[in-house]
Amino acid sequence: MSSNVAETMNGIRERSMLAHRGGYTAIGISALVTLLSVMLLMMDTRWVYLLVYVWFGVAYGIFLQYGRFCMASAVRDLFAVKVPRMAVGVMIATALFSITAGLVTVSGYSTFHPHPLGWHIIIGGLIFGFGMVFTGGCASGSLYKSGEGNIASMLVLVSISFSQALFADLGSWSNSLAPSSWAASAAEKGMPEELSVTDGWFDLFTTGYVWDLSGGTVADALATGNTWLDVFVGNALLGAILPTIVILAVLYLTTYRKGYMRRSKLEAPTFADEMRGFWGMLTASKNTALAGLGLGVFAGLQMWATGALREHYNIFNFGELLQKMGYTEGMSIQQTVFDPGYWYITTQEAQLGGWILDLLGRDMMDNVFFGLENGIPNPLINAPLLMSVGIILGAAVLALMRREFKWKVPNMETATFALVGGALMGIGARLGMGCNVGAFFAAVTNGDLSGWIFLAGMTLGGLVGVKAFNMWLERKTAGDVFDI
Amino acid sequence: MAIKFGKTGEGEYELDVKGYTCPHPQMYTKKALQKLGSGEVLNLIFDNPSSGESIIAMVEGEGNEIFDRQNGDGAFVWKIRKG
Repeated sequence: MSSNVAETMNGIRERSMLAHRGGYTAIGISALVTLLSVMLLMMDTRWVYLLVYVWFGVAYGIFLQYGRFCMASAVRDLFAVKVPRMAVGVMIATALFSITAGLVTVSGYSTFHPHPLGWHIIIGGLIFGFGMVFTGGCASGSLYKSGEGNIASMLVLVSISFSQALFADLGSWSNSLAPSSWAASAAEKGMPEELSVTDGWFDLFTTGYVWDLSGGTVADALATGNTWLDVFVGNALLGAILPTIVILAVLYLTTYRKGYMRRSKLEAPTFADEMRGFWGMLTASKNTALAGLGLGVFAGLQMWATGALREHYNIFNFGELLQKMGYTEGMSIQQTVFDPGYWYITTQEAQLGGWILDLLGRDMMDNVFFGLENGIPNPLINAPLLMSVGIILGAAVLALMRREFKWKVPNMETATFALVGGALMGIGARLGMGCNVGAFFAAVTNGDLSGWIFLAGMTLGGLVGVKAFNMWLERKTAGDVFDI
Repeated sequence: MAIKFGKTGEGEYELDVKGYTCPHPQMYTKKALQKLGSGEVLNLIFDNPSSGESIIAMVEGEGNEIFDRQNGDGAFVWKIRKG
């Protein structure tokens, strides 16, 4: 080959997203997942229900990695380095998902149930928000970062799984930590003996406190009789879009406006200038904005797909379908498994932790969380868990293609932060009944205002976390590193 | 691993934060830039992709310029000129 051709070939190889080692690995992973999917469908077409979870997970993983879309960054970078990029991205995604979720709801395919309102939501958010500053990522963020080769994020997944499982299965020793009113209320519920709901702090919390609370959506509250009005004016506009506009305005005024006016050399800005500045903030990071749009659209599509499949198979829960397909192990006593039908992160991780602990000999089904509500199915047939695997793989494929994949081994400090922070995230998630996705993103976009309360807790916890983190950093870098 | 920050030439510095994950790279970049004078250059080396977007927003928002970006095998080398 002449040197010109060789140079051009090298140039192409350098710019190509596939013709390099990482690209080949990406193709390999994609081919493997596709092959396994086809094989499953050939064995039994009903696996499509599970595969929908997997492939939406892959899509989420791609969008998350593409936009570096992490809700921990939304809070943490806002307070730590005054960068509103992710806070803006989350608001964009929220506004859009509220519309797609609204469309799914009015067509009758929604699988969403609102959360009961109570103090546990803000406290859970606080603990979760504090933990995520130290782990370097939120719940969904830790999944996509694991896909980038970040071993610290993988440690977060480990600790978030086990902390949740252990927390949900706390033993009798924890009973004294719960108010006696909870024990009385729990006993009245008449739950089956094998669940031992009056035993264990989390069971008492769930059956003796949370079950006495109620929740609802804005649509439920409006109840005009016209579903479109209730959902789009209530859930989407009042419940999501208006709050996001208010938050975006606050972000603009407190973090973006000054720099924008200085860069544009505007001393007496007009309203049009402010609007341009606001738009500038929204589009400052195109990747983030696009990821937000993509997530909002696909989150809605997943709800529709799962809802449609449930109607097609005439089921309320994947557990019913699994049993018809011959899988009966690991169900809850209601013969159900965890099957939200939309993007969710933490419960399936708890189930993985629970499954391993069960394998190690601990009885994990004598509680409400696993025994009554979610079951502990085999991870290989746990649809939401495979969605999480999909997120990791989707992120890995994109990272490999972009030459961004790299195994990163954490030092002792980072590993400790990951494990402890992950444990806090797990506890916060179970208290708040979800994470940044399940307790905030999925909630506010479906008219459940408790999501904003979780976000408030998460933000406050994040603020305290950043302050604590800063103090730690100051002590660590005092005197030598940056003084030259 | 350790944070490596030092002067590499006339008006040129290097900050190596490879191995660090969010939020370290962006926070150390902020601290390092504070040590530079106007017009001086910081060679930033990091390998956590997620930090990149925040670094761009933080750096450019404060009037600095990222005038060169290289990446390969997961490592990023960016050149930042202080405004």
